[in-house]
Amino acid sequence: MDAERQKVKSFIDKYNGEKRALIAILQDIQGEFNYLPSESLRLVSEILGIPLIDIISVATFYRSFSLEPRGKHLVTVCLGTACHVRGGPKILEEFERKLNLKAGQTTLDKQFSLETVACLGCCAIGPVVVVDDDYHAQTTIRKVDSILKKYRAKEKKNEENRKN
Amino acid sequence: MKKTEKIKSIEKLYKTIDHHIQKRKSEETPVLTVSAGTCGRARGSMRVIESLEKVIQKENLKDQVRIRVTGCHGFCEAEPNIILQPHNFFYQKVQPKDAKEIISETVLNDKIIERLLYTDPSTETKALNEDEIEFYKKQRRIVLGDNALIDPTEIGDYFSIGGYRSLAKALTEMKPEEIIETIQKSGLRGRGGAGFPTGNKWAFARKAKGDTKYVICNADEGDPGAYMDRSLLEGNPHRVLEGMIIGAYAIGTKEGYIYIRDEYPLALHHITLAIEQAKELGLLGESILGTDFSLDIHIAKGAGAFVCGEETALIASIEGRVGEPRQRPPFPAVKGLWKQPTNINNVETWANIPIILQKGADWFSQIGTNGSKGTKIFSLVGKINNTGLVEVPMGITLREIIFDIGGGIPGGKEFKAVQTGGPSGGCIPKEKLNLPIDYESLTAAGSIMGSGGMIVMDENTCMVDVAKYFLNFLRDESCGKCLSCREGTQRMWEIVKDITEGLGKEGDIELLVTLARAVKDASMCGLGQTAANPVLSTVRYFREEYEAHIKDKKCPAGVCKNLIQYLILEEKCTGCLACLKICSQEAITGELKKVHIINQEKCIKCGACFEACNFDAIIIE
Repeated sequence: MDAERQKVKSFIDKYNGEKRALIAILQDIQGEFNYLPSESLRLVSEILGIPLIDIISVATFYRSFSLEPRGKHLVTVCLGTACHVRGGPKILEEFERKLNLKAGQTTLDKQFSLETVACLGCCAIGPVVVVDDDYHAQTTIRKVDSILKKYRAKEKKNEENRKN
Repeated sequence: MKKTEKIKSIEKLYKTIDHHIQKRKSEETPVLTVSAGTCGRARGSMRVIESLEKVIQKENLKDQVRIRVTGCHGFCEAEPNIILQPHNFFYQKVQPKDAKEIISETVLNDKIIERLLYTDPSTETKALNEDEIEFYKKQRRIVLGDNALIDPTEIGDYFSIGGYRSLAKALTEMKPEEIIETIQKSGLRGRGGAGFPTGNKWAFARKAKGDTKYVICNADEGDPGAYMDRSLLEGNPHRVLEGMIIGAYAIGTKEGYIYIRDEYPLALHHITLAIEQAKELGLLGESILGTDFSLDIHIAKGAGAFVCGEETALIASIEGRVGEPRQRPPFPAVKGLWKQPTNINNVETWANIPIILQKGADWFSQIGTNGSKGTKIFSLVGKINNTGLVEVPMGITLREIIFDIGGGIPGGKEFKAVQTGGPSGGCIPKEKLNLPIDYESLTAAGSIMGSGGMIVMDENTCMVDVAKYFLNFLRDESCGKCLSCREGTQRMWEIVKDITEGLGKEGDIELLVTLARAVKDASMCGLGQTAANPVLSTVRYFREEYEAHIKDKKCPAGVCKNLIQYLILEEKCTGCLACLKICSQEAITGELKKVHIINQEKCIKCGACFEACNFDAIIIE
């Protein structure tokens, strides 16, 4: 917990403790922990002197913040207009079925979070799916399974390496 | 570029620019220009570059060929592509395995690799270079064209094409008022959406009283289907920066912000790098080029809210608050960031500034129509053969863009509509294909120019579904401040959703139109005021499609799940088991070499069988 507090403090210091830097500070926290832990929000509120309710309203207004921990792998299905007319929603549904969840949720084993985005600007290669930092072009319903398998295999390998 | 001393005078800047221009001219080594914007990278351009580098190293050819990694060239369909200078050979869809041959054959022996050339799908002729490709022929790439010439991470490359000359000219030969007059005379209008005359905006900000003033670059490119701003920031960040520095000088400001979308990591990286380089060389910071003009530019990252593209919401977001728009007036030019006079322009608008100063207002205003001058970059996407970014003179017709440049609709399908202007825009039908495009004509047709997204739709696109898509987007992105927009977009979405699910009733269309007009009239910002466009334009041009959903409970385009079913055509089914194996619901029965059957009760209409069938034996009814 102390390490977490130190980290959050360092983000606040980076912006000289200025209130105006709230969004940037939250982005740094999100980047570090993959979500906004409630403790860290309290700390930000305390140090910057911004009421917690105002911080929560900013944190829930912007899409890139999450108040819940996200899974190890973030699957983002693009639902921009071009991806939409090329079948993006069908791809999303297939991910929902294969992961047994709805967009915005995380699998019970905390391996995958499924999110949507309203355009990544790679319209030529739609429907686009981004897993972590990898772009998957021209996704089809059939490719969904193999995409997930790739990351599951990676995890399994990591797991085995850890055991050894 | 190495850590260098600051350029301390304008004379020195001219010398630096000339030095780089000469260096480029005298370069004799062949250069392989590889496009590596976000789409290029997604298609493997970095792996191609890696392979090329390996070959060069292995064969010890460092002095005989050079690689230039550039941003996007616009022809997304052909990614990753390579241009080989000096011959300008154009290779498309290059794979890492092609690297060896490209070096040994083309670079070292001037031999062309036929299979990597672009083949025109209609004439079957092969093109040696970009100029011979239909996609490029009708374009006029005065803004986007430079992307192919420079490595965006090297400021020296930007100098080598005359970059920052306009800034030098502005600081030595022009008074701030003269610059504003030039921009006014050029007729440049905002490329972000509303099309407000840029020069007038600058004049307001210059005249406004305030101790500190701000310039902002709006790079919160939120319209789905539009990515020209991303491409400019990725591929030519210094040009955007140069435009901003000139604008800041003309308006009289010392501080600027670039508000950039969080979803654009590469663009963010390149513009951040560009700012650092400009600072290092003294093009930003205190006493720029030895003059008494100083300017700092900061980056503010968006956090994923479409409404922040609206200028007052964007300002709120930079100030660290929830991105809710506020009533205008006062306009930002009078009271903007931190309540000070602020001038906001979009990325493409800023990128137009250096060329207007360089070539003059008269030159610029000769391009385009009476009311809309210059070029506009459109992103031509969706059901189109040549997907990509196209830069065309204003006044070109939709037909020319879609059929001449875009190469028409894939798979011999019929063109149905083109959606312009993002969620604030509308769908334009085929009867209007001869429409010359400018700000006014698109508005008259029930759409808007917007930031330039152009999503092409074919006979398999359901227009009611498209309206539902945009309403879903808008109800999600509505900030909730105005009741009319918050509730109105939600109710419109519910009605349209019902229609697509077969629950539409008589009178729904009329109700939708009434509601749409109310949202339009009673909302404060652009998001709400234009939220009706997707509905009104689809009802206006495709009313019969709404009626088919409501009265006949049919989706003519075969999209809306509740109104369609997948069927197997007996005469075409070969009994290959492909669909049966892919079906996750075990809804398909059959044996090898015998006709398969879909059990409609089990079918969830996911479309997997339709995708898997190689014999067109599965149809949607």
